Amino acid sequence: MIELISVEKRFATGLLAVSDIDLRVSEHEIVAVIGPSGCGKSTILRLIAGLEEPTSGTARVAGHDVHGPDQSVGIVFQQPRLMPWLTVERNVAFGLGSGHESSPEVAEVIAKVGLTPFAKALPRELSGGMAQRVAIARALVTRPPVLLLDEPFSALDAFTRIDLQTHLLEVWSWYRPTTFLVTHDIDEALTLADRVIVLGGSPGTIRADISVDLERPRSRTGTTFHRLQDRAMAELGRSRVEAESSAS
Amino acid sequence: MTGTITPPSLREPKAPGEPNRPKERRRRLGRVGLGLIVPIAALALWELGAIAGVVSTRLIPPPSAIAATLGDLASDGALWAHSLATTLRVLAGFALGAFVGTVLGAATGVSQRFGTLFDPTLQALRNIPSIAWTPLFILWFGIFETSKVLMIALGVFFPVYLTFSGAIASVDRGLVEVGRVYGFNTYTLIRRILFPASLPTYVIGLRNGLGLGWMFVVAAEFLGASEGLGYLLVDGQQTGRPSVIIASIAMFALLGKLTDHVLASVGARFTYWQDGFVREGATR
Repeated sequence: MIELISVEKRFATGLLAVSDIDLRVSEHEIVAVIGPSGCGKSTILRLIAGLEEPTSGTARVAGHDVHGPDQSVGIVFQQPRLMPWLTVERNVAFGLGSGHESSPEVAEVIAKVGLTPFAKALPRELSGGMAQRVAIARALVTRPPVLLLDEPFSALDAFTRIDLQTHLLEVWSWYRPTTFLVTHDIDEALTLADRVIVLGGSPGTIRADISVDLERPRSRTGTTFHRLQDRAMAELGRSRVEAESSAS
Repeated sequence: MTGTITPPSLREPKAPGEPNRPKERRRRLGRVGLGLIVPIAALALWELGAIAGVVSTRLIPPPSAIAATLGDLASDGALWAHSLATTLRVLAGFALGAFVGTVLGAATGVSQRFGTLFDPTLQALRNIPSIAWTPLFILWFGIFETSKVLMIALGVFFPVYLTFSGAIASVDRGLVEVGRVYGFNTYTLIRRILFPASLPTYVIGLRNGLGLGWMFVVAAEFLGASEGLGYLLVDGQQTGRPSVIIASIAMFALLGKLTDHVLASVGARFTYWQDGFVREGATR
């Protein structure tokens, strides 16, 4: 569903953000990318979203080469980015054009994220976690086959974050969109994803591809979970040491 | 997620200035009352000073004399004719200046190229005191309405242009990117994101512009007018009647405040969603 073929991205400033990225995400799969800050995690997501063009290589989504943003992709950013002048339902319907806020698909997706009583509330009346749920609803209202999440919960407190991770999986099971999650939280990656990709270095390259064969919903205890935590931690540590030695 | 949370407010958010409950109305009246204490006390002191002979009534007529002058002017219809002439000039100039300011402000705010092309010139022109244009405007457009309305429009243009252009350029990049994700073209981006997001600042720019419009109408009417409050000012000076001058000034204050209030209330209706600083003791 998502394919990156020897993708490289160099910014106008000359900075080589990522290079040599080969990545494939199958339909209905959830893949998480973790890595230290500045390793190009978000750049990869933006390439898939069509918000950046690769310098070389190809990004493909749903069988098409990516050239600019496309309606087959829904995105949730780190900040909810809701329009403060619109009610929850109008924010959710934002991409559908005006007049769609009372359509059944808007009401359905608002119900999915559990915000039906808040449909007419303004963003300023919502908590951070609720605002991010509205952002998830906005991304999913057209049922795009691909969902991209760019550190979606990192601005939230620990309790809300765990709450929203559980919640995201519930919403995901609605039609199981192919999901690409960027995070710097190992536990979040291991709780949500089928595969965890470790990115490291500068320019960022793929360092490890860890399969998480655990039943959902997952508990954060148990030997398998801990073993995966240790492995991800070790890979992250190695990529950081390499980055430091290459920088000096 | 369990649905046991109750929202802080289920009602449709209401614009301020829409008091539909007696309690809110009473609170609003109370606020207006508080604002009247200082001017009423000042007028009373002034009047008492005139009665006691501390203030020279020949040069500084007491409020009662000014009220009498206003009454005289109102009864023969002159006050309304002058006020109407001035207000129409301000409104025409405001409409023109605000329109051009909005269009150019949007263009320079949205487009880097347009901004680089036009903004330096406009910034340079802004530094010319606009009243300095008056002689040229009279030469070009004559002494009648055209030059006056254009003078006012020029005064209104700059604050509207500067505020709107700046407001658009500082709209949250994240919101603009949401528009990109949905494939908005420039027009849709302006209409659905940039304009609503800069509306609160834009309203302030319009109010500034309107204030300057009232300033410029005086300058325009000083230089040859046969009617208008500015003409009344000059007439009062030439005929040695300070009460007429102060009566005209009072009308300027009244009309200026009134038009600003209308603009501010209309603006508030569109910016109720703002999550800004709420002053102590204020009600949302």
